[in-house]
Amino acid sequence: MSEISLNTGLIIASILFFTGFLGVMIRRNILFMLISVEIMLNAAGLAFVFAGARWHAPDGQIMLIFILTMAAAEVAVGLALMIQVYQKFKTLDSDAVSNMRG
Amino acid sequence: MYDFLWLVPALPFAGFFILAVFGKKLGTRLSAFIGVGSVSLSALLTLLIGLRFLSNPPEGHAFHQVLWSWMAAGKFQVNFALHLDALSLVFIFVITFVGSLIHLYSTEYMAGDKGFSRFFAYMNLFVGAMLLLVLGDSLLLLYLGWEGVGLCSYLLIGFWYNDPANGYAARKAFIVTRVGDAAMAVGLFLLFSSFGTLNIQEILNKAPQVWSVGNQTAVIATLLLLGGAVGKSAQLPLQVWLPDAMAGPTPTSALIHAATMVTAGVYLIARMHGIYELAPFSMTAVAVVGAATLLVAGFAGMAQEDIKRVLAYSTVSQIGYMFLALGVGAWSAGIFHFMIHAFFKALLFLGAGAIIIAQHHEQNMFKMGGLAKALPITFWTFLIGSGSLAALPLITAGFYSKDAIIWFAWAGPNGSVYLWAAAVFGAIVTAFYTFRMVFVTFFGEQKIEVSHYPRWTIHLPLIVLAFFALFGGFIELPGTMGHFTLFSDFLKSVLPVEMAHHESASLEWFSQILTATLALAAIYLAYVLYLKKPHLVAAITDTRWGGDLKRFFLSGLGFDWVYERLFIRPYVWIARINKRDFIDLFFVFLPWLSRQFHYAFSYTQSGKVRRYIWGIALGAVVSITIVVFL
Amino acid sequence: MTVFFYIAALIAILSTVLVVTRANVVHALIYMVISLLATAVMFFIVGAPFMAALEIMIYAGAIMVLFVFVIMMLNLGAKGVEQEKEWLSASGWIIPALFSFVLLAEVVYLIVASPVSPLAGKMVPPKEVGYSLFTTYLLGVELAAVLLLAGIVGAYHLARKKKHVVHRFLQSKGADE
Repeated sequence: MSEISLNTGLIIASILFFTGFLGVMIRRNILFMLISVEIMLNAAGLAFVFAGARWHAPDGQIMLIFILTMAAAEVAVGLALMIQVYQKFKTLDSDAVSNMRG
Repeated sequence: MYDFLWLVPALPFAGFFILAVFGKKLGTRLSAFIGVGSVSLSALLTLLIGLRFLSNPPEGHAFHQVLWSWMAAGKFQVNFALHLDALSLVFIFVITFVGSLIHLYSTEYMAGDKGFSRFFAYMNLFVGAMLLLVLGDSLLLLYLGWEGVGLCSYLLIGFWYNDPANGYAARKAFIVTRVGDAAMAVGLFLLFSSFGTLNIQEILNKAPQVWSVGNQTAVIATLLLLGGAVGKSAQLPLQVWLPDAMAGPTPTSALIHAATMVTAGVYLIARMHGIYELAPFSMTAVAVVGAATLLVAGFAGMAQEDIKRVLAYSTVSQIGYMFLALGVGAWSAGIFHFMIHAFFKALLFLGAGAIIIAQHHEQNMFKMGGLAKALPITFWTFLIGSGSLAALPLITAGFYSKDAIIWFAWAGPNGSVYLWAAAVFGAIVTAFYTFRMVFVTFFGEQKIEVSHYPRWTIHLPLIVLAFFALFGGFIELPGTMGHFTLFSDFLKSVLPVEMAHHESASLEWFSQILTATLALAAIYLAYVLYLKKPHLVAAITDTRWGGDLKRFFLSGLGFDWVYERLFIRPYVWIARINKRDFIDLFFVFLPWLSRQFHYAFSYTQSGKVRRYIWGIALGAVVSITIVVFL
Repeated sequence: MTVFFYIAALIAILSTVLVVTRANVVHALIYMVISLLATAVMFFIVGAPFMAALEIMIYAGAIMVLFVFVIMMLNLGAKGVEQEKEWLSASGWIIPALFSFVLLAEVVYLIVASPVSPLAGKMVPPKEVGYSLFTTYLLGVELAAVLLLAGIVGAYHLARKKKHVVHRFLQSKGADE
């Protein structure tokens, strides 16, 4: 276990993060954008845990707990909003909700 | 008494200020009271000062009152100071006296006009500026008054600004006189560079020492000043603005374009006589300009139909006589004619104004007629004024002043027989068109009924001026009649006395009798052509050459046509092609650039979330790149 | 042990990529769950068993289930899948992929450039985590609780079916016509 270095872990976390970022940028469906945001949050939490393991401290895991809590709240609210968007615009296209144009 | 001299220009300025600021609130009666009162008070003061001057002249026959120091920049020191001597006394007398009569007249003429108080404000400003012009002790103060009267002329010609034609006439007047003013400014620069000062008395004292007779700089400077005088006094070639200036109200025409502003040029040349005597070429130029103008304007006056235009051309012509007088060296004769001319010309204009408002504002005299019975006082005063203008022998003042000029055109220090012939011919033409005007307007059958009978505010100025037009000439009788030289003696302290170099009484008799006879013949001709057999005139103008001649004269001998083609069209063409010039490009480029930025930025405001995330990503890339790698 | 770590990492990465590229939402969610499970395995290997358990319970168990419920509510069906396929065009991928890749490269470069630091081999027991949570990070816990409360209330309020209210003036107008 001591052969795994922090750098490797961070690289893994960043790959996951940027995959999620890519997903946010590409997908038009709001639902997919939310899922991709979750991916990004997860990746960030992964990085935290690796860092905590490096120092043999519980702080990284505690950060992950908080991130988890926040992600849960955010998902709840985000999905509620998405439902409202669907009921108003009858579509989940994020390009359709562009009334703040100009 | 002399210490009150500063009040003479200050009162009209105060009147202007009060009327300009509070005019609307003061109402008609109070505005009229202030407008007429300020100038009348000035006239009264002038009278008192004049009496004091005559009975007890000050030292050196000149009174100098320094008000304050205007500019002091290194060696250039100019004071705001007033200089009173015989010449300026004559001028301020005429200005304030005739001015107050015209102001009184205007209260009835302009009654009911919306801009009543504005009118009096402008007129007061004009009187104040004109007084400054003649009282100023330095050429700079003179120039200040010069520009001031030019401004007031513009304001008053374009008084009824709702009609664009009036605005055009006002602009034309201003621009044409500007040409002259520019020449005058250069002349002032030249004078300053030669003498180091613009104080008139200093220049006149220094001039004979610095310049010898015929000096180049003297000639150029005096010619430039002549340019300014030509512009302001509407002489050849800048006379085109005066006939169009008749678009203004008649009291304006009377005050500005007959009695005062147009004589500013005469004042300038007379005042600077010292340097003109050092440049004989310029004197000849002045005389030739005067002679040519009086002929040109006379011919033009013969064909005019608008009564005010006839009077305008006659003004140009008479000022030509004044220039002629100054040019041949008959200084006080020129000033004498100025004074008499002011009286009868103002009289004629005021009379014309009374006729116009009595004929429903009709100005074409061929549409009028028979007013002798309908407006008796106007008729008789107008007749006296016309007689003075035509220089009816012996009884009118105009005879004495104009004949003096005609005689000195031959006999004066710089005179020649050609100038005399031109002056005589001009007198004939003057008599002809003057009485043409009288016969057509007052005789015959009345075509338009009277719409407004004049009251005492019109009749009083007419009567007073008629009195002076009749009897004002008796203060200066020519050599053939006793050589009573009251006027020229008075001016002797300022202007050199003219000496005729053919001191021959018989020649003078000959000239006077010839002129008188020819003038009477011209009057008879006008009577025949316009009263007895009017169809003769129509017969002449119906022929090809007759009609062309009439149109040529009517258009002021084609000067407007030439100027339009020579100056106005090229200038307008240049202005048009330069409308989008290359300097403008830079200033057009700046808004274009901001508009491009606007388009770019509004493109990014698409309202789409993904686009915004792309923006975040792009920003992150750029920032991290910069931070990490640079 | 390291082999398992790398295998789990590989699975996580692969399934995440699949999540992003699927047209069917439910498929994407399944792949997401797999990715979370792989992450949990990584946690476990690294020495954070508490976190591994929490990851599975909360993330994969609650949040993903919430997603599934919402999808069920929306009831998009086959039409939704078709639409998704339509939106996933290749041309839209290139530039974001480029951005993402450039950013990734930079971050990787930064990480690689820093000195190598090995992970401690020992496990951090849950007891230690709990103890730290309720002493050092007590305030954070309370704040997290408030956040969750806000989330609950907000989600309930936002998801309500709102009646579309028409002003009475406009109503009568409609009635006249």
